[in-house]
Amino acid sequence: MAFRWRNTLKDSDVTEESVFLNRRQIMAGVAGLGLVGSAARAEALEPNSLEDISGYCNYYEFGTGKEDPAKYAGRLTTKPWSVKIDGMVDNAGDYALEDILAKVSIEERIYRFRCVEAWSMVVPWNGFELADLLALAGVQSGAKYVAFETALRPDEMPGVKYPVLDWPYVEGLRLDEAMHPLTIMAAGIYGKELPNQNGAPLRLVVPWKYGFKSIKSIVRITLTDKEPATSWNKANAREYGFYSNVNPEVDHPRWSQATERKLGGGLFAGREPTLMMNGYGEDVASLYEGMDLKANF
Amino acid sequence: MTPAMKPISDHLNALVKRVPAWPLYILCMGHVFWLFYQGLNGALGPEPIKALEHAYGEAGLKVLIAVLAVTPLRKYVGLNLLKFRRALGLSAFIYILSHLLVWLVLDLGNVALIWADIVKRPYITVGMVGFALLLPLAATSNNASIRRLGATRWRKLHKLTYLAAILGAAHFIMLVKGIQIEPLVFMAVILGLIGTRFWARLAKTA
Repeated sequence: MAFRWRNTLKDSDVTEESVFLNRRQIMAGVAGLGLVGSAARAEALEPNSLEDISGYCNYYEFGTGKEDPAKYAGRLTTKPWSVKIDGMVDNAGDYALEDILAKVSIEERIYRFRCVEAWSMVVPWNGFELADLLALAGVQSGAKYVAFETALRPDEMPGVKYPVLDWPYVEGLRLDEAMHPLTIMAAGIYGKELPNQNGAPLRLVVPWKYGFKSIKSIVRITLTDKEPATSWNKANAREYGFYSNVNPEVDHPRWSQATERKLGGGLFAGREPTLMMNGYGEDVASLYEGMDLKANF
Repeated sequence: MTPAMKPISDHLNALVKRVPAWPLYILCMGHVFWLFYQGLNGALGPEPIKALEHAYGEAGLKVLIAVLAVTPLRKYVGLNLLKFRRALGLSAFIYILSHLLVWLVLDLGNVALIWADIVKRPYITVGMVGFALLLPLAATSNNASIRRLGATRWRKLHKLTYLAAILGAAHFIMLVKGIQIEPLVFMAVILGLIGTRFWARLAKTA
């Protein structure tokens, strides 16, 4: 691997859940009184509470309401779980999740998470680099893209009765994006197994892209030489591009992407400026050199 | 009205006569404050601003639907709820005004952002036009205005409710992601209730 991403935040930087909740309420109160400027709030990269992370989700297979996934995702059977890896790989086949997890090293990644709907949070993921999994599969030289697919289980997923999207949910990355050390497969949050509503048992996390790119409950990964179709792009190509990099200068046609609201700040949280590439601009700049990010949104 | 329904509606109408309309204002204001209080206390989840916006907006649309239902209920079911219509209409206005205020003050809180959204985002434009239509309706929802305008002109003016409700439902349809059923149901119900007026007129001319 060219280089491994280094986390500048350590375990000791993670606020304990209980302390965090208290502090968060105090800070929200103080910010509400206007005593803390937005700059001061933006500097501290504090993970959201597990309660917030697991209680406010978009996972349309379980319903379009933000609380629906927490209500219904418990029905999803996550054990046993396997991921089919196929397409342009040397070792195509079904990979049992426990076999994958035995061969990779799990580390904590505290990442910003920016939803295309202009809210955000900070999540302490536990996962491994996607590049490590792709190395197990043996990517062939002609492969240029990676396609992902979410489980489709009508018996367990009440939301797929409705044609909100063309099920199953599919996503894709360019191979160099997939191989980037920031791109991880997450299996946990806060050192615990992923809650089902957050994409258990295995999901993608691409922190510089809008959240919907970070596909959940993955059952299939396909290496291909063609740009794969992606769910939101199929649903509305004008609004959701293949890249969907976080970019405060490229608005969603229906709302501005210049600002965001971090979850958990209460009624008076206000908005913070959105950072280019969600704050990972320096890390990923080389991927998009010479590309028009407005045309390739 | 079918003859079989008449005794039931007579009974209900007698009951309705004894129920005053003013508690509706207290219910509506109480609900608005209760939701706000829940938002303050974290009971609306980690994104209380969006939750409040949605709750107020949806309540406003539902009460507008109740307003639109008054006439067809009287005509086809014989149930006369006319005495509640003003309180319902003003309650809808209170919800929608609260919805707008949450968006203006808590959500955006910045004049430049607000103006940019109104002119650049069609769903916001549609919502704002719908709200603007409600202003003269709320302002003339009193006996003095009916006297001043005269019943015919007042009634004509208040037909703007139809357009405001349609714009409100359109605003909802335009803001959701993907194909979602709920806002479409709102639009269908609103169009259906408005349709009963024109359907009756067409039936008469035929």
